[in-house]
Amino acid sequence: MAEINDNLSRPAGTRASRHLVQNEDLLFEVSSPGKRGYQLPDLDVPEAPLAAARADIPDFPELSELEVVRHFTRLSTWNYGVDTGIYPLGSCTMKYNARVNEHVTRIEGLGDGHPLQPESLSRGALRIMRLLSDYLLEITGMDAITLQPAAGAQGELTGILLVRSALAARGDRRRKVLIPDSAHGTNPATAAIAGYQVENLKSNPDGTVDMSSLDRQMTGDVAALMLTNPNTLGIFEEDIHRIADLVHERGGMLYMDGANMNALVGRARPGDFGVDVMHLNLHKTFSTPHGGGGPGAGPVAVKRELEPFLPIPVLTQKATLDYDRPQSIGRVRAFYGNFGMFTRALAYIMANGSDGLKQTTEDAVLNANYIRKKLEGHYTLPFATPSMHEVVFSDAQQAQHGVHTGDIAKRLIDYGFHPYTVSFPLVVRGALMIEPTESANRQEMDEFIAALRAIAEEARTQPELVTGAPYTTKIRRLDEVAAARQPVLRWKPKS
Amino acid sequence: MLAELGLNSVDVLFDHIPEYCRLQRPLSIPTGRSEAEIIAWFQQAARDNAPGFTSFLGAGAYQHFRPTHLDQLISRGEWFTAYTPYQPEISQGTLQAIFEFQTMICQLTGQEVANAGMYDGSTALLEACMMAARVTGRSGIVVARSVHPQYREVLSTLTKPREFPIAEAGFTPDGRLDLAALKAAVTAETAAVAVQSPNFFGTIEDWEAAAAIAHAQGALLVAVIAEPVSLGLLPAPAAADIVAMELQGFGIPVGFGGPYAGIIASREKFLRSLPGRLVGEARDSDGKRGFVLTLSTREQHIRREKATSNICTNQALCALMASIFMATYGRQGLRELAQQNLSKAAYLASACQKAGLEVLFPAPRFHEFVVRLRRPLAEIEARLHQEKIIPGLSLQRYYPELGNALLVCATETIPRAGLDRLAALLSEV
Amino acid sequence: MEYPSNFRYTTEHEWVAASGATAKIGISDFAQQQLGDIVFVELPAVGTVLTAGQSLGTVESVKAVSEVFAPVSGKVKAINDALVKSPELLNQDPHGKAWMVEVELTDPAQAAKLMDAAAYTKFVAEAEAH
Repeated sequence: MAEINDNLSRPAGTRASRHLVQNEDLLFEVSSPGKRGYQLPDLDVPEAPLAAARADIPDFPELSELEVVRHFTRLSTWNYGVDTGIYPLGSCTMKYNARVNEHVTRIEGLGDGHPLQPESLSRGALRIMRLLSDYLLEITGMDAITLQPAAGAQGELTGILLVRSALAARGDRRRKVLIPDSAHGTNPATAAIAGYQVENLKSNPDGTVDMSSLDRQMTGDVAALMLTNPNTLGIFEEDIHRIADLVHERGGMLYMDGANMNALVGRARPGDFGVDVMHLNLHKTFSTPHGGGGPGAGPVAVKRELEPFLPIPVLTQKATLDYDRPQSIGRVRAFYGNFGMFTRALAYIMANGSDGLKQTTEDAVLNANYIRKKLEGHYTLPFATPSMHEVVFSDAQQAQHGVHTGDIAKRLIDYGFHPYTVSFPLVVRGALMIEPTESANRQEMDEFIAALRAIAEEARTQPELVTGAPYTTKIRRLDEVAAARQPVLRWKPKS
Repeated sequence: MLAELGLNSVDVLFDHIPEYCRLQRPLSIPTGRSEAEIIAWFQQAARDNAPGFTSFLGAGAYQHFRPTHLDQLISRGEWFTAYTPYQPEISQGTLQAIFEFQTMICQLTGQEVANAGMYDGSTALLEACMMAARVTGRSGIVVARSVHPQYREVLSTLTKPREFPIAEAGFTPDGRLDLAALKAAVTAETAAVAVQSPNFFGTIEDWEAAAAIAHAQGALLVAVIAEPVSLGLLPAPAAADIVAMELQGFGIPVGFGGPYAGIIASREKFLRSLPGRLVGEARDSDGKRGFVLTLSTREQHIRREKATSNICTNQALCALMASIFMATYGRQGLRELAQQNLSKAAYLASACQKAGLEVLFPAPRFHEFVVRLRRPLAEIEARLHQEKIIPGLSLQRYYPELGNALLVCATETIPRAGLDRLAALLSEV
Repeated sequence: MEYPSNFRYTTEHEWVAASGATAKIGISDFAQQQLGDIVFVELPAVGTVLTAGQSLGTVESVKAVSEVFAPVSGKVKAINDALVKSPELLNQDPHGKAWMVEVELTDPAQAAKLMDAAAYTKFVAEAEAH
């Protein structure tokens, strides 16, 4: 790409700029024998022997404290976070992670509380779990909840196991789970792990559930329909009531993947439109930080019929722990789940309150529609159906010039932005899935829109400029093919 | 913005939601509160727990000193407000950190490959057993009764729908896995033999002996490690085929049980059956070294219902805490830290014995042990709480056969005087 | 690329080259082009009995997994270890060095029922037009 001049590859007047970026080798390469970054107190009891101790941990790092601090600080500067700028990763709800949430989580008595300390010494923690549970039930319109699942995918698994047990209690054993083709990959993976056959449900031309397919496929052998609403195209299933009725008439249950609750909070409640069981992603809707890929938390809320099957221990109305639940599916995770996410999510709900939560939803939906309006025509909208909190375009126009969604994403980086979600959902060929969340302000969105418009123009006039991007990053595109053919998954000393 | 969209109210954007679905009232949640009020509320909640108590609880959640730079580092927004490194060009920090993490886990465990992280130890055990089933084409699981009871509960819950038969192998009076019972339980249908060391009672198991029994029947040995600090001193579970480890002890706050992180480490030949994310080395178009998510075809977003697991995240921030912790203590420090833990527990066990209490299970142990109380814990607890002491975990719920047994953990965080005080109080009450 | 005239082809883009009672099986040039850079190939164990239409293994690119279906029934006599070690052979020489398995045919007449090169060339041209 030598012919592309520096001015073009580093677009002027955008977020992107030059900045000191330092190189930093691997921990093992910056390590030197004998260095230490710790200081333990002197051992005040006799040193106890251990006959079969290991000799050493060969090649384990040895660094000073400052070297450790510099290492992880330098590495951090190669990342992009919500704190850096707009992070419009569709389906991930990358909203602001308020610092007060972090603060309250670390308060002495919470951050260092032991999960097995007696209930009498855990009243505050249990109260936090109770209050969060109550708020989440009010937000979802459901009857009962467990906070135990460690993440969205584990919430899905918990939910499907609850369905399984509830159906078994009716004396009804079914073998299949229906999943729309627009669903997250975790849905089919979960259903399979829960012992079900997965059957795909095709979307109709609006991008929503096709009622006639559902009517045909929703047989007496289907335990549940796993639905994301709004779906991964950002579209609300307008037929949700008919869908729910049909599923219920045929003896099945409606599972809702709550990944997209940021479009509904304070505006619509799954419990009011026929959902039997759902999970929430505290790390999406309720602002707990994504942490570079977790931890999250995936509470599961249910209707009354499924309550007896909730994992133990169940948190009672009086904020005590009930282990005596003969119909429970059992435990899905050690202890009570990701408690540190509960404090953060609760602080978020408290800070927003009923008014703020509703406004958050409205702002998230408004922002997505603003971006949709401003990019329509520049990019192809595969569905004319109204968008909620996210909008999905396709690269159909750009693909004619050999530029695909992945290329546009890389070029966005040169303009100083984190890309949208690439090539998902699978039902849209060459998808650009954009979710600005309520945290994006107008100026930022205008810059983002201008960048995407400029890239659409570049795709027409200089496609190779886009397919060669990014130019401004510490490293260029990596050879993922070679990395997968000959995987190197750990450092080894040079022999 | 509304004007730009030609709208007069934001309500129009919700018009396509059928009326019966719309919430027609405000949520019954108080209106927004100030930061100061929120902090005050949580401070009160914290006071209603047990701040300032000396705790001898372990059982899968261990109090270790967390070096102060650890929290400072992970609080950089570039770490904790980023997401999965889908765009490697602007995620090299996370990717390199995971690559280093995978390497350190291999060095510690003596295994050839390690993934980027699982939810925690309990779910890592489940994933390890499912992986063993994929590798062997069998479904039987034999689990030591001395594996953390809650891990076993999780295993039971999540394997039930697929009807994996689970058998238990008990423990001997010295507190170790009953190898004869294990041998009897393992058959040609067994996929996984799951053994924990240090086990739930704190005693140290013999990996080689368990591996030999598993391998004799073509089963895989799953080594469960609930306390990673033990690996500073204990032999690496190199004889195991899969390691399922909890990382909380490596600088992750005890925090009422989570978030933590687990890992799966294994042999290279089982790489394709490994669940979870993996980061690999790659070269960019200029030949520079970088790191990418790799071998993703095992995962749910590509293989969907045929994926090795439904897991989507890797507890990256908790794994990062573990990395910083490991890098800080390093080659010497981990050993020294483990030695302190071992010594504190040995001192406390001996102090309890001197005070006339019965310490069960004489086999070599790490930093936990079981002591038999003269009366049920419930009867003496109030007195200990007055002294601001949580003496340990009553085993009544999990091992009723042990009577009034108490699982006690002593880490480097408790000074000698605290150990003496507990021994004295336990002998008094 | 020319499709060898002595091969037979399936609508799932596998080929079979029969020679007496045995046959080699692979995937077509069209299939490898659709898949892109192949990074991993999973083949059945020697001795596995394959039934026509059932999965015999998988072929992976960086972001996709595709199943390969047995075009004919038979028992696996040999697998191509060179292909397992160097999956890129599939991109380089799909009809030659990148054969996947060799089988003892259950019914030597079975392959003749599949498309010949001319029919397959036409089939691919139609697939590309869509």
